[in-house]
Amino acid sequence: MNRITKTGLAAAALTALPTLALAQDATPSFDEIGPYIMTTLLFCMAGFLVFFMAAGFAMLEGGLVRSKNVTMQMTKNIALYSFAAIMYWLIGFNLMYPGDGWMVAGWVGPFFSTTVLDPVGVAAADAALDYASIGSDFFFQLVFVAATASIVSGALAERIKLWPFLIFVILLTGVMYPISGSWQWGGGWLSEAGFSDFAGSTVVHSVGGWAALAGAIVLGPRLGKYSKDGKVNPMPGSNLALATLGTFILWLGWFGFNGGSQLAMGTVGDVSDVSRIFANTNMAAAAGAVTALILTQVLYKKPDLTMVLNGALAGLVSITAEPLAPSLFGALWIGAIGGVIVVFTVPLLDKLKIDDVVGAIPVHLFAGIWGTIAVIFYNSDASLGTQLMGIIAYGVFTFVGSLILWFILKAVMGIRVSEEAEINGLDMAELGMEAYPEFSKG
Amino acid sequence: MKLIIATIKPFKLEEVREALTEIGVRGMMVTEIKGFGSQSGHTEIYRGAEYAVNFVPKVKLEIAVSASMADQVIETITNTARTGKIGDGKIFVLDIQQAVRVRTGETNEDAL
Repeated sequence: MNRITKTGLAAAALTALPTLALAQDATPSFDEIGPYIMTTLLFCMAGFLVFFMAAGFAMLEGGLVRSKNVTMQMTKNIALYSFAAIMYWLIGFNLMYPGDGWMVAGWVGPFFSTTVLDPVGVAAADAALDYASIGSDFFFQLVFVAATASIVSGALAERIKLWPFLIFVILLTGVMYPISGSWQWGGGWLSEAGFSDFAGSTVVHSVGGWAALAGAIVLGPRLGKYSKDGKVNPMPGSNLALATLGTFILWLGWFGFNGGSQLAMGTVGDVSDVSRIFANTNMAAAAGAVTALILTQVLYKKPDLTMVLNGALAGLVSITAEPLAPSLFGALWIGAIGGVIVVFTVPLLDKLKIDDVVGAIPVHLFAGIWGTIAVIFYNSDASLGTQLMGIIAYGVFTFVGSLILWFILKAVMGIRVSEEAEINGLDMAELGMEAYPEFSKG
Repeated sequence: MKLIIATIKPFKLEEVREALTEIGVRGMMVTEIKGFGSQSGHTEIYRGAEYAVNFVPKVKLEIAVSASMADQVIETITNTARTGKIGDGKIFVLDIQQAVRVRTGETNEDAL
């Protein structure tokens, strides 16, 4: 489903005006304003849930990094969310949803067009009655971009400097994500071509994954992660209880992520679809977790909790491109394949010496690609060719763009902390503050 | 006076403490340690990567007793801490030259 563009909105508002003007003195009936109220409510509630995913990412990453880097990881998480929120107001929202203000039609929207909310106490006649309030729409879209930036922070943890990372986040959330997002959700060329990405397996998750992959390649692995003889040296996380909490929070937030992407709650069909999406989203996560649990038991003789957590998230990412159309069984097998992807691609990345601390690339990029392809099984409007075209377009734009950006940052200010700082931990070296000061170093 | 140093499997600590208390041992020092002996290390898998755990966690007991009691203590530890599997630990016995109780200044056997 494509997001409703502002052009459509403005046109609808104009045609609706004369009838509304006639009935201006009368209180509008619920039939007229009900859908607006319900959809605005959906955006607010779903927005709260997706906002909370920022906490989920923070806990997941805090649990999977070593204790000497926890303060830094938390700092990056709250900073990236906050920068994303400001950038989305300053540039991002209107760049992503240009309406009729495209700079290059279908490809690039307007720059430096800040977001303006509905006036205080807006009258029904002035509101976008066929959609939702600007504030709710803006908030709902902005929490998505924050999720993209969180994906990058997990993959690059434990060795990247704070400020170059934040500069990358500013450009990713203010410019890169909104431009590529506009191609699909802003009514740009990919949506015209028939590409289908309901809640963002590609638009949000793969984009984060591509940016993370480019960063991980330019940044290099953590010291000691890979021995010269090719051996992989695990660096177990500091707190698996926090990582599990983070995963459950993300799972909860995903109901808002996918359910809210219905973008309407004004009819029986819409509200029923939202519940359908909840059920499918939940099923895919469960299937991804169970698959990873069983696979790690069979392959490694012991279940690996960190893989089970990644498996649940991969199931969620897999169903995100089409959470509405599949049956519950459909959600089950689509999510289960997400779990398989994680268990096999986490070691694969290690073989390639690409160090992804929390498994963000397998979860968000690889499962995101899978989920985008899986749309064709239950949505007859989607075709494999168009889906692949979308995947490649987002891949090329984000990966190449990120690669260039990372190289520039590396040349200008350096992106990696010193060897000593990395060994001592970023908490003391860059912040002078430990997450667990009362624990002795093990 | 003898100092008995015993390394045992951590899960046996409580059982050994009880057994030693029963035969009249009135104090011991306990340290969590890591090391390797003939058990050597073992391998674990984390996120698909196998890695060697070179040092195995153990608990070290240090018990100062009168010479007459040493054999009984050694026997008790051996019987209680034994599982029959590799890695049950080792016991070393040293002579103690002098012992002092800080509070009273009592020395040697009186200080134990």
